[in-house]
Amino acid sequence: MAGQLPALAVVVPLLVALLIPLVSRFNRRAAWWMVVGALGFAVYGAVAMLLDLCGSPIGTTIEYAMGRWAAPTGIEYVVDRLNGIVLTMIAAVGLITALWMRKSIRSEISEKARPGYYATFLLCATGYMGMAITGDVFNLYVFLEIASITSYVLIGMGRTRQALYAGYSYLIVGSIGATFILLGIGHLYMEIGTLEMADIAQRFAANPELYDSSVVRTSFAFFTVGLAIKMALFPLHGWQPSAYSRAPSAASLFIAATATKVSAYVFYRISFSVFGADFLISALPHIRDGILILAVAAIFVGPLLAIRQRCLKRLLAYSSVGQIGYIMLGVVLLNEDGLTGGVIHFWNHAAAKGALFCVAGVLVYRTGVSRVDALAGMGRTAPWTSAVMTVAGLSMIGVPMTAGFLSKWYLGAGALDAGRISIVPVLMASSLFTAMYVWRLVQLVWFAPKDTEPLVKEEAPWSMRIPALVLAAACLYFGLTSTSVDIARDAALSLGLGAP
Amino acid sequence: MTPSLIVSYVGRRAIPFIQLYALYVLGHGEDGPGGGFQGGVIFASSFVLLVLIAGWARARKDAPESIVDPLTATGCLLYAGIGFICILLGGAYLEYEAFAGANATAAAKQHAHHFALIGIELGVMITVTASMVTLYFEMSRPPEERNAPEDGSGDSDGEGADA
Repeated sequence: MAGQLPALAVVVPLLVALLIPLVSRFNRRAAWWMVVGALGFAVYGAVAMLLDLCGSPIGTTIEYAMGRWAAPTGIEYVVDRLNGIVLTMIAAVGLITALWMRKSIRSEISEKARPGYYATFLLCATGYMGMAITGDVFNLYVFLEIASITSYVLIGMGRTRQALYAGYSYLIVGSIGATFILLGIGHLYMEIGTLEMADIAQRFAANPELYDSSVVRTSFAFFTVGLAIKMALFPLHGWQPSAYSRAPSAASLFIAATATKVSAYVFYRISFSVFGADFLISALPHIRDGILILAVAAIFVGPLLAIRQRCLKRLLAYSSVGQIGYIMLGVVLLNEDGLTGGVIHFWNHAAAKGALFCVAGVLVYRTGVSRVDALAGMGRTAPWTSAVMTVAGLSMIGVPMTAGFLSKWYLGAGALDAGRISIVPVLMASSLFTAMYVWRLVQLVWFAPKDTEPLVKEEAPWSMRIPALVLAAACLYFGLTSTSVDIARDAALSLGLGAP
Repeated sequence: MTPSLIVSYVGRRAIPFIQLYALYVLGHGEDGPGGGFQGGVIFASSFVLLVLIAGWARARKDAPESIVDPLTATGCLLYAGIGFICILLGGAYLEYEAFAGANATAAAKQHAHHFALIGIELGVMITVTASMVTLYFEMSRPPEERNAPEDGSGDSDGEGADA
C-alpha cells in the first residue's frame, strides 16, 4: 500500500471526480462528501510521502513506474522533498477549500450545476497534483492541460456574465502559454531524444556542449515564457485579476492559493532537474538576469497596483502578482538561502492567500458584493473572520513571528549572498506597499467610525470559519517554528545546486 | 428543408456499417493502426450523419444529454478503473499482467494484457464518442433549440449581485 502512494494520490481524486457525475444522478448530496473524502486521502498520501522523505537522507526520491515500465520507456512519478512540499500544499489547500466551500457553493451555483462543479474542482486538483508529481516532461504537459481546462471552467462558473468573459480570456492566454510549453518540450525532445526528466538531466551532465545548442536554448526560452504566462509573472499577469475576481469564491480560493505556484514549481523543476543549475549559471546568464529583473519588478509593482483596487478579490490578485515574484526571485538567486526562501514561500503564501480569499468569500457570502469598503465595521460583527484577515495580512507584509517574515528574511539573505544588495531595498519597499493595502483593510475592519452600519451583519458560519482559522494558524505556526524552514532548506539542497 | 429521399435512404443504411467499422477499428488498435480514439471518432461520425438526414431534434432524441453526458465520464472511469483494479490485484497502476494473477504463465499474462488493453481502449472509445457527439450537437444547435429548458441552468440565481 505505502509503495502505491504516488499513484494513489493522483488516481484516487481522478477516479472519484469521474464517479461524481454518475453518483449524482442518484444522490445529489453525495458529491461534496466524495470531494472531501478524495482530497482527504490525497492529503494523507502527500503528508505520508513527505514524512517518509524527511526521515531519509537528502537526495532520496520515491519513484513509481506506471504499469511497471521502467523509466525512460514508461512514465515515472518521482517524489522528492521539493514536490513533496508542493503536493502537500495542493492537497491541503484543496481539502481546506472543499471543507470551506459547501455553503458558498450553495449560494453561488445553481443546484443543477453543482455536481459538475464538484467534479471539475476535483479534476482541477488532480491536474495540479499530477503536474507536481510527474517525472516526465510530456506527462507534465498533459496534467497542465487537465488543470488549465478545468480552471477555465471553474472561473466561467462565476455568478455573473463577466465570469464567462474572464474564463474565456484566461482560456485564450492560458492556451498560448500551454502552447509555448509544448513547443519547449518539442524542442527539447528534438535535441535530446527523451522525455524523462532524470534521463534528460543525465544527458546534459554527460554532454555539457549541449548547452551551446541553439535548439536547447530556444526550448528553455519557450518554457520560460509559457510558464511565466501560467504563473502570471509580471508583465504577463493580465489574465489574473479578472479571473480571480469573477470566479466563484471557492474556485478563486483554490486557484489563487495553488495554481500559479504550481507553475512556479514547474519552473524550479525545469531549471534544476531538467536543464540543471549550471545551465542558468553559465550558459544563459542574460536570461537569468532577465528573469531576475522581472521577478523584482513583480515584487515592486504587484503590491503597488494592489493599493488602489476597490474590489477585494482584485486587490488580492494583484498582491499575488507580487508574491509570485518572491518565488521566482528564489530560483534566479541560485544560492541556498534564496532557494530556501523561495521554497518556503510555497507554503507561506498558500496559507496567507488562502486565508485572505476565505475572508473575501465570507464577504461575498454575507453581503453579495466584494467591494473593499463593504468590510467597514466587520470587526464588530464578525470578529473571528476579521482576526483571520489581520493575521494573514500581517503575514503578507512579513511581520516577524508570521510566516511571511521567514520568506522575506531568507530571500533577503540570499540576495546579499549573491552580491545583489540593490534587491534588499526593493523587498523593503514591497513590504511597505503591502503594509499600505493591508492597513487599509485593517483600518476598515477594526477602526471604522462608530456610526457606520456594518454591511456584514453576521459572523461566518462555522463551516467557513474553521478552515479559515486553520489557515491563519498555519501562518503563525510556520512563522514561529522552524519546521517548514528545515524541510525547505533540505529541498533546496536536494536540487543539486553546485558550490557557487 | 425537405429531406432528400436519396440522402436519407442511403444514410439510414450506412449508419450501422459505420458503427460496425468503428468497432472493427477499435478491435484492430491493439496490433495495428487504429484504436479507441479513431474508433470513437468514426462512431461519433455516424451521429453526424444522423443529424444530417433526420434533423437536429430527432437525432438528439436518439442521443439525449441524459445519456451522453454521463458516458463522457464513464469511458474515462473505465480506463482509470482498470488501472486501479491492477493496484487492488497487487500490481502497479495499469500493470495489466496483474489480471493473470501472481504465478501466471507467460501466455496467461499475455492474454490478460490483451483483454485489459481492449478494455481501456473501449473506455477511450466511449469517452471520445460521447465528447464528439456532445461537441457536434452543441455547435450545430439550431436557433429554435437554443432556449430549450435543458439549457437553462445558471443565470437564475445571483445575477446582478456583482461587485
